[in-house]
Amino acid sequence: MEPVAAAEPGPAVLEVKGLVTEFPTRHGPFRAVDDVSFELRAGQTLCVVGESGSGKSVTARSILQIVDTPGRITAGEVLLHRHRTSRGSGEEETIDLARLEPRGQAIRAIRGRDIAMIFQEPMSSLSPVHTIGNQIGEVIRLHESVSKKEARARSIELLRQVEIPTPESAVDRYTFEFSGGMRQRAMIAMSLACNPSVLIADEPTTALDVTTQAEILDLIKRLQVDHGMAVMLITHDMGVVAETADAIVVMRHGKLVERGSVEEIFYAPQHDYTKMLLQAVLDLDRPSERRLARRAVQAIGGPVVEIKGLVKEFDLRHGFMRRKGHVLKALDDIDLTLNEGENLGVVGESGSGKTTLGRCLLRVHDPSRGEMLYRAVGGGVADVATARGNGLERIRRDIRMIFQDPFASLNPRMNVAQIIGEPLLVNGVAKGAALRARVAELLDVVGLPASAMERYPHAFSGGQRQRIGIARAIALEPRVIVADEATSALDVSLRTQVLDLLLELQERLGLSFIFISHDISVIRYFCDRVAVMYRGKVVEVGETEEVCTNPQHGYTKALLSAVPHPDPRHRGMLGRHRYEAGR
Amino acid sequence: MASVLDPRLHTDTEVASQWRLMWWSFRRHTLAMVGLVIVLLLYLIGIFAEFVAPFDPQSASAKHVYHPPQMIHFIDSTEEGWRIKPWVQAYTFERDKFTLQTTFKPDEGKRVYLSFLGKGTPYELLGLFPAERRLLVPDEPNERFFLFGADRLGRDMLSRTVFGTRVSMSIGLVGVTLSLLLGVLLGGISGYYGGAVDMVIQRVVEFVLSLPTIPIWLALTASLPATWPPLTRYFAITLILSLVGWTELARVVRGRFLALRSEDFVVAARLDGCSEKRVIFRHMLPSLMSHVIASVTLAIPVMILAETSLSFLGLGLLPPTISWGVLLKEAQNIRSIAQAPWLFVPGAFVLVAVLALNFLGDGLRDAADPYAQERG
Repeated sequence: MEPVAAAEPGPAVLEVKGLVTEFPTRHGPFRAVDDVSFELRAGQTLCVVGESGSGKSVTARSILQIVDTPGRITAGEVLLHRHRTSRGSGEEETIDLARLEPRGQAIRAIRGRDIAMIFQEPMSSLSPVHTIGNQIGEVIRLHESVSKKEARARSIELLRQVEIPTPESAVDRYTFEFSGGMRQRAMIAMSLACNPSVLIADEPTTALDVTTQAEILDLIKRLQVDHGMAVMLITHDMGVVAETADAIVVMRHGKLVERGSVEEIFYAPQHDYTKMLLQAVLDLDRPSERRLARRAVQAIGGPVVEIKGLVKEFDLRHGFMRRKGHVLKALDDIDLTLNEGENLGVVGESGSGKTTLGRCLLRVHDPSRGEMLYRAVGGGVADVATARGNGLERIRRDIRMIFQDPFASLNPRMNVAQIIGEPLLVNGVAKGAALRARVAELLDVVGLPASAMERYPHAFSGGQRQRIGIARAIALEPRVIVADEATSALDVSLRTQVLDLLLELQERLGLSFIFISHDISVIRYFCDRVAVMYRGKVVEVGETEEVCTNPQHGYTKALLSAVPHPDPRHRGMLGRHRYEAGR
Repeated sequence: MASVLDPRLHTDTEVASQWRLMWWSFRRHTLAMVGLVIVLLLYLIGIFAEFVAPFDPQSASAKHVYHPPQMIHFIDSTEEGWRIKPWVQAYTFERDKFTLQTTFKPDEGKRVYLSFLGKGTPYELLGLFPAERRLLVPDEPNERFFLFGADRLGRDMLSRTVFGTRVSMSIGLVGVTLSLLLGVLLGGISGYYGGAVDMVIQRVVEFVLSLPTIPIWLALTASLPATWPPLTRYFAITLILSLVGWTELARVVRGRFLALRSEDFVVAARLDGCSEKRVIFRHMLPSLMSHVIASVTLAIPVMILAETSLSFLGLGLLPPTISWGVLLKEAQNIRSIAQAPWLFVPGAFVLVAVLALNFLGDGLRDAADPYAQERG
């Protein structure tokens, strides 16, 4: 591997000095951005990295003066050195964006023209009722006096630059006809419309699958080289940082904790927080030692759940006039076995059917065909696919679920004691004082104080809420837990904690896990075996390490090579494997 | 210098219940607060109508036909000095000898003195407790005063409007309660089960909505026997009004149920082993209570307006029942517009009540929506 090619540092195009952005609250002003300084250089990528709530998005929004009300910039300078960009007229011209009126003409002329921004959610940042060409054309015509025809020609050219196939026809399509990755490409095309000298990308790939993410990051890098732009990339993913950054700014609680070149940050981090962030990422990228130690003591048992020929079809016909023949095959002939005391990972991209698989196993959805045999403790075998009434209730006590979103999965109108006690109460396991004692015990198991009982879910952080969800799942002493993206809504540093908690519970309660995730590093840490899903089919099953180091199927290879490696010396996305079957 | 606080460093998070949060955001909505105060006042007036009204709304007086409104004064200045004492200028009644037209002239020398919380005609508060104290009564029991003027039988318009408030405001409430029961039940079933049930209920809702409301109301009310006692008629009218009113509520509830049904916490409740009844009543309904309350507040003015229109057309409530609509019926002819414009006072009450309820409902709806962004 060659060392990171140091991009020759161009002149500083944008300088942020001592920026402070405050939001008034009932307790006085809250500093979302607290004395942050950095500079963007032409042809360089600056990655702003930090966990949720670190103020990185507010920083980006402050530069363009689009902070949500009532927040406002209270101190600092944002200097745009226009004379150092291609747009400069040769004379010295420096504009302090922080001094401009947020709704004024001056800042509007800069937005989109000198500085462009890409947002996280490509779905909501594009208009659904205008064609792509229309929206790109509008940006061009807002800033430059060109005819409609010319604007259209430029739009097509831009779409070609961002590698959208057949741009001549794509220009007349609507947003909803594009996939997530295509939308983000269109968004990038739009931001490039006026040849900006600075591009701010706020989590541009977080909503996308890994393979799409790799393509988009690739594209941004290539365009940056072509146009000589300064790029500010905001992300929480150290892998993305390692893959793209020239310089890095680490933020925490609104403050800048460390800044430096990519090598300085990755190989010689100074601040404890930076070290912790990097360690959390590195911990995840290998098998959990705790799990390996446990497996050496207690071997994995026989099958608990056997899925045979499982098919789930969603009927897409709806409405008054039912038309025939429109069926989505979300699960296509799935065969999987979960053994006792085992962690089985299910990995795949969005739309691969992995969530449907988990939900069928709990009969949230009824499967169309096939069987799911569950072996109870006494040795009796029940088919989950056809169970009903009492039989289904008994199975649902043994197979429980942990949800992805710790915010949506807890009823906001119930307090913690009620939420965790609900399964115990409705199944008649405990009530009254015994129920409270059991809830306190469960809270203790997941590492929360008993005082949490009277509080409502919104008083807890994401990680704590996920613990409440886990306590609810283990309340009925289940044997199997389906964890659907249980850690993906959490910050990296919390992921290992939650995964370790699950491993601890496995030892104490003898659980088996089906762990659904799109994140291969989490799977590698937690799972003994992994099943790779692609378009409703299981394309590969095997021991996790075996699959990760020596993938057999083409799709698995593509998936693994697209994962950004948290090490700048292993930048490999350009040489990654692509899988194009059946596209 | 305000200290800079970082909420992330707070270890003891403050806990506020959903209702408290709603109240906080509601309080910032000035217009809605004004609406709330007015609505509360109107309901208080309605409940204590006998106490607020100076006279019996039915007592006629030939001497005071179309008596004009009198201005109330609070400072009584005579030659001896001045004192604080409410009074109104007395009017004398004159009849033109040739045209027989009656006119009222202010009688400069004569004042009708009033007192707060004095003894007036005995009454039974809410038909239960005998009492005789009223909010404002003339000092001399035989004298009369007309702050809102008098109608064609010389009855006090103030007392009549106050009693009309009771009927009109309560018909909105009772009608909406009925609509609410129907709406939440049918909307809930429709949204929770979906599929064919939803399809049937939604078509019924559309059918009801497509009925031309006014002719249907007219037909239904016209079929009520005129011989029914006032109370029976009152409930029959509320029933007819709510038959149409439930559809909107059913749609709101259905929409919320559809959205909630696929929420993770509802799925979690089902997986916990909750029965359908428990999922609906324990887990789903509390989450949409605030929305339902807001929609209910917005449905009341519709009811009030409907009652007013029906009674105005002479098909809703009938005298001797007093409602704003019944009172406005008196103001239907050209004579009242020319001679006694004060007969429109109940119309002003309708306007104020409907506006106040709409502001209140809007404020509640905004406050109930946790995703509502504050606009700067």
